[in-house]
Amino acid sequence: MKYWKGIEELDNSSEFAKHAFAEFPDFLPVKEKRAGEVEDSSVAPRRDFLKLMGFGVAAATLASCETPVRKAIPYLNKPEEVDPTISNFYASTYFTGSDYNAVLVKTREGRPIKLEGNPESPITRGGLSARAQAAVLNLYDGARLPHFMMKKGNGHEKTDFDQLDNAVRAGLSSATGKIAVVSPTIISPSTKRAIAALAGRYRNVEHIMYDVNSASGLLQANSGVLPAYDFSQAKIIVGLGADFLGTWISPVEYSRQYVTNRKLSTDKRAMSRHYQFESNLSLTGSNADVRIAVKPSDIGTVAVALYNAVSGTGSATALPAAAQKQMARVVADLQANRGASLVVSGSNDPAVQTVVAAINQTLGNVGTTVNLTAPSFVRQGNDARMSQFVDELKSGAISAVIFYHANPVYNHPRGEEIKTAISKVPLSVSLNDRLDETGSLCQYQAPDHHWLESWNDYEPKRGYLSLAQPAITPIFKTRQAQETFLRWAGSNETYYNFMKDGWRTALGANGFQAAWDKAVHDGVASGSVLPTPTFAAAAPGIATAISNIRGAKKGAIEVALYEKVGIGEGGVEGNNPFLHELPDPVSKATWGNYIAVPRKMAVDNKWEQGDVIKVTANGKSIEVPVLVQPGQAEGSVSIAVGYGRTMAGKVGNQLGANAFPLVQTTSDGPVYYNVVTLEKTGATSPIAQTQTHHTIMDRREVVQESTLAKYIANPKEVTEYERVATPDGLEKPNKVSLWQDYQYNDHHWGMAIDLNSCIGCGSCVIGCQTENNIAVVGKQQVINRREMHWMRIDRYYSSDHHEDEFEKEGKLKTYAAMEDPSDNPQVIFQPMMCQHCNHAPCETVCPVLATTHSSEGLNQMTYNRCVGTRYCANNCPYKVRRFNWFSYYSNEKFEDVNGHMFTDLGRMVLNPDVTVRARGVMEKCSFCVQRIQLGKLEAKKQKRRPKDGEVVTACAQSCPTEAILFGDMRDPSSRISQLLRREDGERAFHVLDSINVQPNVTYLTKIRNAASTFFPEEENA
Amino acid sequence: MQHVSPVRNPLVTGGKTYHDVTQDICYQVEAAPNVRWMGALSVALVLLGVFFYSVYRTLWFGIGEWGLNKTIGWAWDITNFVWWVGIGHAGTLISAVLLLFRQKWRTSINRAAEAMTIFAVICAAMFPVLHMGRPWLAFYVFPLQNTLGSLWANFNSPLLWDVFAISTYFTVSLVFWYTGLVPDFATIRDRAKGKIAKVSYSLLSMGWTGSAKHWSRYETVSLILAGVSTPLVLSVHTIVSMDFATSVVPGWHTTIFPPYFVAGAIFSGFAMVLTLMLITRVVFKLEDYITLEHIALMNKIMMVTGSIVGVAYITEFFIAWYSQVEYEQYCFINRATGPYWWAYLSMMSCNVLSPQFVWFRRIRYSIPMTFTLSIIVNIGMWFERFVIIVSSLHRDYLPSSWAMFSPTRIDVGVYVGTIGLFFTLFLLFAKFFPVINMAEVKSILKYGVDNGPTYNGPNNGAQLADRHMSPAPYSTPGVPASAPVNYDKHD
Repeated sequence: MKYWKGIEELDNSSEFAKHAFAEFPDFLPVKEKRAGEVEDSSVAPRRDFLKLMGFGVAAATLASCETPVRKAIPYLNKPEEVDPTISNFYASTYFTGSDYNAVLVKTREGRPIKLEGNPESPITRGGLSARAQAAVLNLYDGARLPHFMMKKGNGHEKTDFDQLDNAVRAGLSSATGKIAVVSPTIISPSTKRAIAALAGRYRNVEHIMYDVNSASGLLQANSGVLPAYDFSQAKIIVGLGADFLGTWISPVEYSRQYVTNRKLSTDKRAMSRHYQFESNLSLTGSNADVRIAVKPSDIGTVAVALYNAVSGTGSATALPAAAQKQMARVVADLQANRGASLVVSGSNDPAVQTVVAAINQTLGNVGTTVNLTAPSFVRQGNDARMSQFVDELKSGAISAVIFYHANPVYNHPRGEEIKTAISKVPLSVSLNDRLDETGSLCQYQAPDHHWLESWNDYEPKRGYLSLAQPAITPIFKTRQAQETFLRWAGSNETYYNFMKDGWRTALGANGFQAAWDKAVHDGVASGSVLPTPTFAAAAPGIATAISNIRGAKKGAIEVALYEKVGIGEGGVEGNNPFLHELPDPVSKATWGNYIAVPRKMAVDNKWEQGDVIKVTANGKSIEVPVLVQPGQAEGSVSIAVGYGRTMAGKVGNQLGANAFPLVQTTSDGPVYYNVVTLEKTGATSPIAQTQTHHTIMDRREVVQESTLAKYIANPKEVTEYERVATPDGLEKPNKVSLWQDYQYNDHHWGMAIDLNSCIGCGSCVIGCQTENNIAVVGKQQVINRREMHWMRIDRYYSSDHHEDEFEKEGKLKTYAAMEDPSDNPQVIFQPMMCQHCNHAPCETVCPVLATTHSSEGLNQMTYNRCVGTRYCANNCPYKVRRFNWFSYYSNEKFEDVNGHMFTDLGRMVLNPDVTVRARGVMEKCSFCVQRIQLGKLEAKKQKRRPKDGEVVTACAQSCPTEAILFGDMRDPSSRISQLLRREDGERAFHVLDSINVQPNVTYLTKIRNAASTFFPEEENA
Repeated sequence: MQHVSPVRNPLVTGGKTYHDVTQDICYQVEAAPNVRWMGALSVALVLLGVFFYSVYRTLWFGIGEWGLNKTIGWAWDITNFVWWVGIGHAGTLISAVLLLFRQKWRTSINRAAEAMTIFAVICAAMFPVLHMGRPWLAFYVFPLQNTLGSLWANFNSPLLWDVFAISTYFTVSLVFWYTGLVPDFATIRDRAKGKIAKVSYSLLSMGWTGSAKHWSRYETVSLILAGVSTPLVLSVHTIVSMDFATSVVPGWHTTIFPPYFVAGAIFSGFAMVLTLMLITRVVFKLEDYITLEHIALMNKIMMVTGSIVGVAYITEFFIAWYSQVEYEQYCFINRATGPYWWAYLSMMSCNVLSPQFVWFRRIRYSIPMTFTLSIIVNIGMWFERFVIIVSSLHRDYLPSSWAMFSPTRIDVGVYVGTIGLFFTLFLLFAKFFPVINMAEVKSILKYGVDNGPTYNGPNNGAQLADRHMSPAPYSTPGVPASAPVNYDKHD
């Protein structure tokens, strides 16, 4: 049998034989050529012309189609440990000059996509702040410098490592004056050694640390150490303007300690009592049992009064009326709990901190709740030294300055002075990750790696070590700052080796490799590397301190400058859209800052929310819109710092106003309040709030709370259960149903949220957002009430008006009055997400069955099936459904704020297990169904059932206070089943029980260790 | 055999002959378009342009172009939908229910009213499609076979019932309307001079010859369709009301909705018929066919249904109080005194107070007053739907999610645009189709002649004028009072 290629082969002509074995048999000439015609390239034969034209038309058509080319390139050599679709977790550490968090980095196909708390850490214990949750987005921030740069003319041009190193080394060598390395607090022992190496090579190198949220006063008052506090040991907590649950020093650690003593159960019916004196209603103040609003400068007066009372010395000080009223009670409580109480102050005035230290000393709290022997290292900044640096910079004494993650031009009260003085310095270098306000003024930019690309070590507290390891190859041509220091110091060692060497002392030379491997694996270790920081300035004596404290001037309006839980000091977070859109836990405002004023001041001055006010202090003015804030102390206002960035990046620029220039600078350093003058400008600027109605309208069914006294007396009476009238008498609403119940044979997933543990920090909101690829929508869309968060935290203020006025005042008047919060309200937080109702109202109304019930109790969305009628959202009593009003990943209106869905760089952060939702589709909390599936599959591979605690939703996982418990309610031994059995009839309740939608989310009634103003009729009962 | 009172008012005035009827009505179709019609059409076309622009923005960028938010998932879209569906009720009611009740006066207005129904339902149908996030997948709502087996439409969802209710209503109304048109198309066909007109109307008239067999079938089909449509008049708005009534939203979850919505629909439908008739009779000079008596009768229906609606409003409040359900109570207090009090006030004054003026005979027979009232009622009924939808949604269970709604330009554009669409269709209809059912009107011409002496009012003509009645028969200029009526003339 023989097959021929064609007739030609059969004929086997000479022409065929010639070409038979050539690779490209050239039968047809490309060009038609007539006999005798001379080759002429200028002539375009008809055929060629047609071919070219055809090709041209086709090419033009194709080009205009703009078919996006998406390449999925398989691994040529599969990296060890990396399996497509399998996540790897690496232990690391988040510390960016603010709070410390031990983290686990979740990577998929070599990309960090989410941060989770590291449960191994004895400090943060698996909790993670909202800021740390969002930090993964900073890695893919398009505003990061992609390479080294140097200043040329008015601009900056790209340069390489060698060129920059040579220039900087030459500059440092020729420096005649001081060489200053300016940074925020560094808790990395090896980084400090690297800076020291630089000091070894060059003369006059000085490392200046300053903290934006300075604790200089606290350090000074405690002989240079930052006491480690233990809120879990304190039965009485008195906060004097310290937002320790939100922003003060180590909020995740403190939150965890704080709630230990707030959690209640059948076998523990006792909790701490928390008093808070403060001017702006902070997250901490919102959680306090008793909150007293005082002007910022009265915090010191209160401290002195407390000291006088507990020590029995001195005379009674004149106090503001609100404080005076509670003082006796506070003092009595403190004295009754000597050794088990804690007084903390957020003031940066050494005098106030001296008094506070003396109070704790007097109460015998040192050694129990205040630990001075294993101090915290997370604040080491010395304000006086920094101030001196600014003077030196101006005088020309500094001949080289290196800014390492420091942006004083923006965030130092004397930023303006630094800005003009930098140009006088012969050598200025910035190691900041972007061309920020300070970095852009420097001659050289040597951007640092992101911490997720770096090795590093940390010692947040004496004896507690922590490591960071790279979770991704550096994205840009940057270099780790420590390595940069080593290069300039003339060393060619890698920072990894340099750091590892340093750890030999901590872990011991014997069996070092094993211990090191374990430390890298765990992310945390014990041992100490860091020397005790030295702190030059001494504290004033107690008598001097007391005499230094002066109360508020009558009539003067004071501004309290505070940090937001999300944005913080506005550093690298300043360009993070997740954090900008994270609502402030208390005011629920997003995207920009504002001036919070008490209601009375707004009424007296006829200010409406959104009116722009010119705020003047220190001869400098900023303009911010008004937000009427219940709980703001009379005669005071407050403004958040961290806004008004000009060179943070596309997201963060020009949002709000920079309030740092308003900070009062004293000889001891900055104090975060000041006397201001306010003036209405006539302009208005809307504030984007995610919640605009603030009171509960006496709807007990929505959120329940009671008092500790009542809980101890009769735990069965703290929760009001709704009953419906039936022919057989009053019954539970679920006894009357038209529907058949679902049978759950395998799993029945449920969630329990303890309102006593929830502090409202918003960590879960960001955890959910990163896990589930939730779009950021920007300020205008938040104003339009279209934020996409699947998980939100409802915050209610108490009102002075209640249902008992119905008879006297009438319903109309009472309902209208109930809309106004009290002037100093109690606050309750309620995490709210899809309740996964068993009788879900959304499921029945969807015409196309896009939302259905699973056999495991989940209410699930099928995005592909959704046509977007929004009927489900209308019919959701909890209003947790979110609609894709626009195409958030391709509508250019959202390019800036939602960059992580637009650029190839940004998209690396998306969770590949979760669909990015199309326009016109409804979405909502899925109970992290991808995690449930993963847990079930892992268990199935091992031929067993998932164990309790193996399947955890992102919100439960990220909660620093373990307020959220997720589990299988079908499993009688699971923690959630046990909890629900235990709390049934006591604190467990469903929101809106009477409408009988039978949610799978159960809440536990909040118990307040004080009278409740939410539902005051309880007290009468 | 139906008995007609010998002293009954003539339903058509001006002593029209059969030929006059044909002449008067076909004139509009055959003559060149008049200036007023051209003017009206150009205004309608401008609004239609607004419609297309707004729809383009909605489809291209998404529902975000509207003012909706996480709390208020429906606002103008469904308000407009219910409003248009409501308007679309009068046509079928007039042609079907009044046919069954042998209300002969309906013959002059049923054609236009039915056309109005169809165009209103077309406008209404725009919204359920446009309000979808992904309207290109709208076919998912149909229970189509697919390869995924269990994936089907959700028969529990009132939105699905809506799809069936409205498509049925639209289909039946269209067939009913078209059936009625066939004999008249034939008349126009027979008179047509132009080639295009001849061909078009030939096709439209489907070979109608006017034989007795045809007429017999015509009568039967009309009666059957009337029987089929009558329950539809009630069912459509009942089912639309179930979109709300079956939900858990306070203010929506109300058993009174079905009758309340049907009454409201007839109310607004008659208001719209009045608006259109008053314009049509002037523009096309049809005062003899659509007489003051027609207007007065429709006014009465408007008043009755308006009062039913008023009772429903009050009942809702009573039940909210009586139920002792906190959310329900707050919803109604908030409706009347909350941030949307102005919408509630507009609804109450337009729908409950204004129709009460019709008790006055002077107002009932006054064209300017009727016209004003009809517009006011249409505004009021729009507000009713707005109040039900937005004021219930904006403050429901969790105070944390309470929000306000403010419409965008696109919201307004789509709404105004559908008015443009409606009038474009209606004006085209009025020009190219016979606006009055010639065949049926001819059947009532003999009322004043065959059944005894022509009615001349209780005493004399002067008194008639006093009572704002139409001019006495045979006094219309151009038709001599003595002219004999030619019964044998068949057109």
